This record gives sequence, structure tokens and C-alpha cells, in this order.
Amino acid sequence: MFPASFDYHSASSVAEAIEMLQKLPDAQLVAGGHSLIPAMKLRAAQPANVVDIARIPGLDGIERDGDDLVIGALATHAAVADSAAVQGACPGLAEAAAAIGDIQVRNRGTIGGSLAHADPGADYPATMLAFGAEITAVGPGGERTVAAADFFVDLFQTVLDEADVITSVRIPAAAGTAYLKHPHPASSYAVVGAAARIAVSGGEVTACALGIGGVAGKAVLADAAASALIGGAASDERIAAASARIGEALDEPLGDLYASGAFRVHLAGVYGKRALQIAATRAAG
Amino acid sequence: MGRYVGTSVKRREDPRFIQGKGRYVANLSLPGMTHVAVKRSPYAHARIRGIDASAALEMEGVLRVFTGQDFKDGGCGSLPCGWLVPDTQVPDRPIVVIDRVRHVGDSVAVVVAENPYVAADAIEAIDVDYEPLPVTVDARGATDEDAVQVHEEIEGNVSYTWGLGDEEACRKAFAEADEVVELELVNQRLIPTAMEPRAAAAQWDAAAEEMTVWTTSQNPHPIRLLLSAFTLGIPESRLRVISPDVGGGFGSKIFHYPEEVIVPWVAREIGRPAKWVATRTESQQTDSHGRDHVSVARLAMKSDGTFTGLDVETWANQGAYLSTFAPLIPTALYITLLSGNYRIPGIYGKVYGTLTHTVPVDAYRGAGRPEAAYLVERLVDLAAARLGRDPLDLRRQNLIPKEDFPYQTPVAFLYDSGDYEKLMGTAAERADYAGMRAAQKQARAAGGLRGVGVVCCIEASGPAPSAVAGSLGSAVGFWESGEIRVHPTGQVSVFTGSHSHGQGHETTFAQVVAEELGVPIESVEVVHGDTGRVNFGMGTYGSRSACVGGSSLVRSAEKVRAKVLRIGAHLLEAAEEDVVYDQDEGRVHVKGAPDRGKAFGEIAFAAYTAHNLPEGMEPGLNFVSFYDPSNFTFPASSHICEVDICPETYEVGIRRYVAVDDVGKVINPMIVEGQIQGGVVQGVGQALTEAGVYSDDGDFMTPTLLEYAPPRADLLPGIEVDRIETPSPHNPLGVKGAGEMGTIAATAVVANAVLDALAPLGVTHVDMPLTPERIRNAVEAARGA
Amino acid sequence: MNHSVQITVNGESSQHDVEPRMLLCHLLRDSMGLTGTNIGCDTSQCGSCTVMLDGKAVKSCTVLAVQADGCEVTTIEGLAGGDGLHPMQQAFWDNHGLQCGFCTPGMIITAVEILNRKPDASEGEIRHGLEGNICRCTGYENIVKSVVAAGSRASD
Repeated sequence: MFPASFDYHSASSVAEAIEMLQKLPDAQLVAGGHSLIPAMKLRAAQPANVVDIARIPGLDGIERDGDDLVIGALATHAAVADSAAVQGACPGLAEAAAAIGDIQVRNRGTIGGSLAHADPGADYPATMLAFGAEITAVGPGGERTVAAADFFVDLFQTVLDEADVITSVRIPAAAGTAYLKHPHPASSYAVVGAAARIAVSGGEVTACALGIGGVAGKAVLADAAASALIGGAASDERIAAASARIGEALDEPLGDLYASGAFRVHLAGVYGKRALQIAATRAAG
Repeated sequence: MGRYVGTSVKRREDPRFIQGKGRYVANLSLPGMTHVAVKRSPYAHARIRGIDASAALEMEGVLRVFTGQDFKDGGCGSLPCGWLVPDTQVPDRPIVVIDRVRHVGDSVAVVVAENPYVAADAIEAIDVDYEPLPVTVDARGATDEDAVQVHEEIEGNVSYTWGLGDEEACRKAFAEADEVVELELVNQRLIPTAMEPRAAAAQWDAAAEEMTVWTTSQNPHPIRLLLSAFTLGIPESRLRVISPDVGGGFGSKIFHYPEEVIVPWVAREIGRPAKWVATRTESQQTDSHGRDHVSVARLAMKSDGTFTGLDVETWANQGAYLSTFAPLIPTALYITLLSGNYRIPGIYGKVYGTLTHTVPVDAYRGAGRPEAAYLVERLVDLAAARLGRDPLDLRRQNLIPKEDFPYQTPVAFLYDSGDYEKLMGTAAERADYAGMRAAQKQARAAGGLRGVGVVCCIEASGPAPSAVAGSLGSAVGFWESGEIRVHPTGQVSVFTGSHSHGQGHETTFAQVVAEELGVPIESVEVVHGDTGRVNFGMGTYGSRSACVGGSSLVRSAEKVRAKVLRIGAHLLEAAEEDVVYDQDEGRVHVKGAPDRGKAFGEIAFAAYTAHNLPEGMEPGLNFVSFYDPSNFTFPASSHICEVDICPETYEVGIRRYVAVDDVGKVINPMIVEGQIQGGVVQGVGQALTEAGVYSDDGDFMTPTLLEYAPPRADLLPGIEVDRIETPSPHNPLGVKGAGEMGTIAATAVVANAVLDALAPLGVTHVDMPLTPERIRNAVEAARGA
Repeated sequence: MNHSVQITVNGESSQHDVEPRMLLCHLLRDSMGLTGTNIGCDTSQCGSCTVMLDGKAVKSCTVLAVQADGCEVTTIEGLAGGDGLHPMQQAFWDNHGLQCGFCTPGMIITAVEILNRKPDASEGEIRHGLEGNICRCTGYENIVKSVVAAGSRASD
């Protein structure tokens, strides 16, 4: 309940934050604090320095930019969930944001923080994969943009370097998106989270992606299932048949007291199927 | 229904809570207060080879570090066990261990610091050299021949063995049975999880040599007794224990805990006030847990469905030490309830209290009774399935009929009153049971997994006749004190030995006293939770406050009325038999002449001026009663629950929950309904989401609310509550306990509903919590079978 | 190194010299004596410590006091904004929405947030909206009833 001592630094710009991260030993970024502070309270994290980027102006925007949504790293989960722009452009993303934690958590937690933390039970990573997001970070070497598929490395691990700061996330607008989760009854983290994206043209599925979170050490794309759906109608039968292949992407499932890896794979099959059904309906709508 | 009793008076304690003015122990701030933290074992079983506190002691703001030897040398005694069944072997339970830890969270050292942050730093800086040792964690496994001994001197890890019932009649019933159903089940370990973590604070007045201890207790007087006689050694006359507002207890705050000794001992040792507040992790790790039974049970019956015998063998995990009332729970509060609401002539139950490397297990809401109800009600459903009978119908056939009360069960209890037929009928009607079954047929035909659960449950509440408790192993009595102090102006202070930690005593007891005396409720204040103000009392648990505490107040009110009547008659210059005490008006007046009277306040004033009292009468208007109940009371309930299980994910969704309870007469229906609702959801938590888990290595797997899942607001769609009233003949209020009935019935009814849903798939049993994965595994196993 | 924090709590501005590691809930409780904000867990699960931070419900155990520099906080003590009770406090009292009272301040603040976001929230939405607050006493039944009563649906 009582974090260990650290020094606190409030950055007023991204450049200053990067400088601090480079200069200060054992430094951690904090924004909404809903990944770092709980870990610090249990003393599982004991950084010597904490760099707060929450006051950097201009990083919390949520905007439609042509065919994309651009969401600032400091946008809270509540802001994303409530955003008419997000709901209109990518309903699955709004659903994922609304499924995170609880309203108090959503009022503080940020999309950048969630992505950087890369918790296997987080809700956003699966959507980032499925919806084809690109994550932009700035570091000592300047700005770079990484496709979500390359961003998540492993349990609590991303491609970010220690002095990188996520600044924004770009997500292509897609009406045919959906997110569903089975929350852990205690933590409300995703035991399974399924993010589906479907595009339909002339009655045929022309594009499909399915991201599964909560099951493995990091969110993964169920490519075999998604490919199986492309090139035909988004019928319940075809979706069911495709969903039978979701497990192929989940060869290293993790388990806990509540749900074993094997059961998570089973749930992923069901939730993936349902997310695909909703996404298909929306894509057709 | 009286002017107050039987009405939903809004709670008088609420204004302070809704405005953030609750007086919880953690809120206490005294000048110069220090902060205590406890270093706890990460191991379930280890030898302590050494403790190095040098780094901690060098930290700025760290005042002292104490170890087990310091407390022993400083005069602290071990924590006693207050309930000993015959031949109980009681392991020593030091305040702080000296050389051996026996569960994760066992106290190893104590830090005193200027603030809680520094105290936490110091805890981390203490270096303990442990030699990890092998462990035993399982209730039944602890008795295996090769199981690790928890305490060398207690062979086989069996602290006690206790049996009750008519063994011969039981054997005969099974020998002559047409049908026998059998079940092996686990009643999983639960963590009470009161929202307020435990806390203790203390201040030593060196000049007066007086100690004040604030503690989150359900029973401050017994804690003072134990502190004085066993653990701290300060005489009761110099020891004041205060339990102010307490944020929920559910049993876990009955017991005497190490920190209640550590904190006052430290405060005296360093000459400054001290406070300890548990983190949630500490609370989950060290609060006594509940349940944790493994049982093998059989029910014998005739082919027409008549129950004839019940045979139960249970291994009750007691943890590493015997907590304050631990042996009571799986004995006199469990085996005694195995008759349920049914006529079962041949019952025999036997329990082994086993020791393991886990935190002690003691009373948790329901305490023994939910374990009995779950076991009996599961067996009855299995019996119904075996006979092809409707479960409600089979229950009805075996219910104890109304005309058989008082009913002597084969397992010691004499049920006071009840009408189980009406109870279950009301539930069936309220739930539209027939309609539910018809809808279930349709749902099943459409491929759904719809289940309907029905139970009829019994509780023994309001412990207990002291002599009976004594004969069963109690070291204390279970009466209650109630004092009514009428002030000269006619204002009334009520002092109860019961303790409210959410139950609303400040309202309920004011209703009782205002009703009994005929005074406005506004003129009655209720005081509890302070040994410095209240007579010795036994506190609140076992749904006893209204039954026992309320009754003691009725007795005191009778004494007040009698004296008021005498003084009134004297002032009116009338003979006592010619005046009446008008309880509606709070007046004494001459019979047939309401105008010729004296108001309660006038008489109270006269009692204190003592200018004109009847010959020989003492002044004052102040009475204490110590009420010892003549029997337990026996609330009953019939709950019906309808669930859907998703055939794909096996998630359980509760569609409807109907609770019909008989808790005797009701003082405040709003409060009683609240108790039932809260109890139900706790019971549903056991059925669906909660489990306190140790790994085979003794690691504690559920130390925070990230792992342990108390129900959230959306677990149920709502609860429909109704009740019938069969007054208890054993107390003047006619009340029965209301605090635990909901919990007792809910676990069983949800389990029955889930298993009813799974019946078409051939699943007959799933151990709780009934998580989607456990259900799926059972379904898959049944498919494969 | 300590930091200076200027914070407006329940309408009153004050300055505090705090260690970076101090949590907002401890600043409120220990430095300002506002003990109505209770602490029920150490993992941001129970919601007992919920306060309004710049008008939004947050768990004050998961906010560093330094992060609240320059912010406005409303705790249960200041919710009514003067004498008397906030309609949500009144609704909890009227509907027996509390027993032991420990989760109550956080529950009331969260309930206010729910209705701020959707004044006509349905019972189901309220149950879902309370997902970040644990009550062990009431079974939530009367809490939900209280919030419904305080919402605009009640006056329909």
C-alpha cells in the first residue's frame, strides 16, 4: 500500500520527458498511473525516478484524420469510449475502451500507458492488432511509427526503448469492428478479449482480422481463422467454421487459478466467433 | 406491529456514514502516534535461523524493531482458544513467532516508525534467514500417514475428533434403506473480506497506568478479557477496549488477533500511542478464513422418498493454530444442523479438526451452518434425481410438520418453531415454481441449459444458553447485557453488550426500548462497543444481537416500567393495581382516568429528586439485565433460484432469485431485508466466484482482490425478498436471527440450480466455486463417461 | 525530494509539502484529516477511496498526491457543498443503501459519477457502473435502489 521512495519529475514536453528518461537512472514514465502505481503500491515496481507526462499539452486528442482515427497517448479510456468520433469510426475500439477496468480506472488510465505496459490481460492490444493500428513513439533518435503487429514483444514487453515516449496511435476507421471480453471476476482483466475486424464487399468478406488478448503472454492475431473467412459470405456457418481455427494461433496459452490455458483457448474460440459475428453485422450495416 | 417495533425506521447511524464521518479505527489520530507494521512470513513452513534488523533500525523515522522473543520476555502470553471440545489438542500460538513460521503471513517481527511509509520501508529492510520446510495444506491430506506434522506434539495433525448423533439408528437406517445416495464434496475455503481491513490502536496513560485499545472487533469485552487474562496481562480495571465504527466483520472480527496485543504492548513499551492498520493483503493473509471442509456423506431413504438416515464424515481444516472459536464451528454449529428442515431419524456425524500450514479457519458468516445446509441440500437433490421426483415435492414430503414443534432432532437441537410447508409454499408461489419448471422444459427443448434450484434451510441463531455452550466446550457464557439508564429529564441511554458493525443496532435497539417504555425514539440513544461505558457483554456474531441483546433490553425495560409504575402510583396517590403504564403515551395514569396521570419524564425526574418516593425505594432509574437465552432460535428459509448456463462458455447467469425467510418477529423490516439481501449475495459468492487458495507448497494464491472475487453489483439481477413469521417462543421479542440465513441458503440454492441445469448432460456434482471452467470440465467428463 | 502541492479540496485551497510517493488518499486522510475517504484494498479494486478529481470519479489510492497538484478534489465531506445532504446521500439514507458504511463514501461518489454521465441510467447500467466498487454488506440491492431513486428515471 506504500510505494518505496522515488524522485518525481513532471515533464512539460515530450522532448523534456525523453531527456529525463535518458538522464535519470532507473526511471519510469507515468501518465494515468493505473499500471505503474498499483505495482509500486505492492512494491513489485520500485523505480528510482518517475517521469510524469500527464501535463504535456496536446497529447490527449482524439481526431478523425481522413480514413484514420488519431488518438493521443494521454487520451483516457473514458475519453476513447465516450468519443463520438471513435464510436462512429471504429465501434470495436470504443467497446474495448469501455471494457477496461471500471469507470474510475477509465477516468485516469490512458491508451499510451496501457500499450506501453503490455499487460497480457489488457484490452487494447488485441484491438490494435486486429484493427491495424500504428503506434507512434518519440525517442532520442526521433519519431518512429511501429505497426501494432511489431509492437508487442512478450509479457509486459514492447519494442519501445527505455527513453521512448508513445505520443499517438493511428487506427484505420472500420465500421465492421467489435470487441468482446470475458473479464476475470476479481481483477476484471481480460481472461479472453476478442477484437474482430471485417470488411464486406458484394456480399463477400474482403478483409478480416481477429485479435485475441488475455490468453497468451501477448495479444495475438488469429490469422488462420481470419483467412478462412475471407472470400465468402460472412454467414454464421462460415464464421463458426473459421472460428474453429482460432486455437491455432494460441499454442502457448497461459493459465491462472481462475482459468487454465486450455480453457482460455476454448473461450477464445467462442468469444472470437461472437466478435466476428458482430463485426460482420456491422460491416454489412 | 407497534409504534416502532415492526416498522422500517430509517437508520439513525446513517447520517455520519453518508457524510464521511464514520469513526473507524484507521481514522484515529492521537498526538505523537507511532505506526506499527508487521513483518510476515512468505513461507508456509520454515525455521527462522536469524533475523537481522540492523538496516531497518538505521532508517530515519524507524523507532524500534521487536521480535518474538521481545514479546515473550515482555510478558505477552500466547493466544488462547476459547472453545475446546473433549480431548482437543491446542497448539501454542505465540503473538509473534520465535523460531518457526507455520503459515504465509505468520508474524515474524514488528516495526515501530514515525509514519506508515517508513514502517513499510523498514519491513522490507529486515532480513530474515528462513530454512524452508515441507508443508501440508489439505484438510483431509493432513491426516495422511506421510503428511508433514504442523506441530510435533499433535500427532497426525488431528486436533480433535468429535461425533454426534445416534450411530446405531444411523447404521440401521442404511441397512434397511431402499435407496442410498452418496456424495463427496469440498466446501471451499473462503476469505471473509470485510471492506474495512483490521486495525488496532492503543494509548498508554503511564500516570494512571491505564491502557486504551481501539480495535476492529465484533466483541470488545471478550477481547478485553483475553488481553487481560492471557495475552497482555493488564488488569481489566485498567484496560479499556473500544470498538468504534467497524466496517463489517462477518465473523472475521470476533477473534483475538496478534496485532491487538502487539499494538498496546508497543505503546506501553515506547511510551507513545501506536496504530496498526492492515493492508488488504495482510487482511486476506491473516484474518481467520472460513469453511474449508472435505466431506463424505450418505442419505438413506425408502423407495417412497422418506428419508431415514444420514451419515456424514468431515475433515475440517483448522489451519496452523486454533483460532479463538475454531473448534466450535465444525462441531456444535455444523453436525447439529445436519437434520436440516427434515425428519431424518438416524443421523450420525463425525468431524476431524485438522491442522495445516494455512491461516487459521474460524467462523465466517453462517459458520458451520452453510456447510451443513449445502451438504444436506445437495444430497436431497441427488435423492430427488435418483427417485425421479421433483426436488420441491420430495422436500415437502420430508419436512418437519408444523404440529411437531418444538421438534427434537437426533443431533441435539430442539427446534423452537416453524412452518416449513408454508415457507416453501410461499417461495414456490412467489417464484411461480411451476411456471419456472415449464419454462425450463421449453428452454431445454431449445438447447438451453436452464436450471431451477430450490432449498429449504435451517439455522441455529442467537447463541446460546450458557450452560449448554459450556457443556459443548465453550470457555465463556453466551448471555448478553443490556442496560437502560433513564436520565432525570426522561432521556434514555441504552448500553448494549452487542456490537454493530453494519447491523444497525443504534436504530433497532432504540426501536425496542422506545416501544417498551413508550417514549419517543428521538429520546433514546444507543451506546455500544466501549468497555469503558458498557457493562460486560458478549458481542455480535451468530445472529444473536436481537435474540439475546434485544431480549436483555426488554428485561431491563420491564424493570424500568415496574419502577416507573410504582413511582407513578405513589405520585398519583393511587394503589399500584389501580394505575396502568400506557406504552403508547409513555404515561402512568389511573385506570379509566387517562387525565389523572404522570408523564414518563415527570416520573424519571421524581426518581432522581427522590423527594417523594415510595417507602423504602432507592432513588434513580437505571437497570441492567444479563439475559441468558433458554434455547437457540431456529430461523428457516426457502430460496428458489433460476439460472441459465451458456452452452458454449459455461458462464452462469442468474435469472431470478427469490428468498423467503422466517426470522420470527421482525423489529425493522428494512434492516432485516437488507441483512437477507447482503447474506444472499455472500452466499452466491461462495457458489460462483470465491475461493481462498493455497498451492500444494503452501503459497497463498489469493492475497489481493485481483485474485479473490467477492461479488460485484452485476452478479445478480436483483433479489426478491419475502418472509413469513413464526415467532420464537424462547425470547420476549419472538425474534430469530436474520444475519446469516441468506448466506446459508444462497450457496446451496445456486449450486442446486447450476447442477439442475447440468443434469441432462449427466453431471451430478461440481465442487465450488462453479466457475465456467469447472463446469466445462465436468460436462466433458460426463460426455466421456 | 519533497514537492509542493497546491490543491483545492471541497472548495478550499491549500498547500502541502509532500513526498512524491504519497498517495492522494493519504494526503486527504492523514494530512488534511478528511477520513471519510476510506482505504479498503491495495490494488485499486474496491473503490472505497473514490473521490472526484476535477469533476471525475477516480480511485484516490491510485493517484500520487503530486499528480493532483493544481487540481480540484471533492470528497464525501464536501459533496453536498454546504450544510445538508447531496441528493445521492439522501437517497442512500432513504433506501438503506449502506450497512457498515465503509464502502459508502466511495459508493456515493461513484453513483454521482454514474448519474453525471447518464442521468436516466437504468438499473442494469447502474449495476454495471458500480463494477469498480465492492460492498460486502448490502448485496448491492439497496445501493442500486438508492441510485435509481436519485436518478431522473425515479421522477418519470
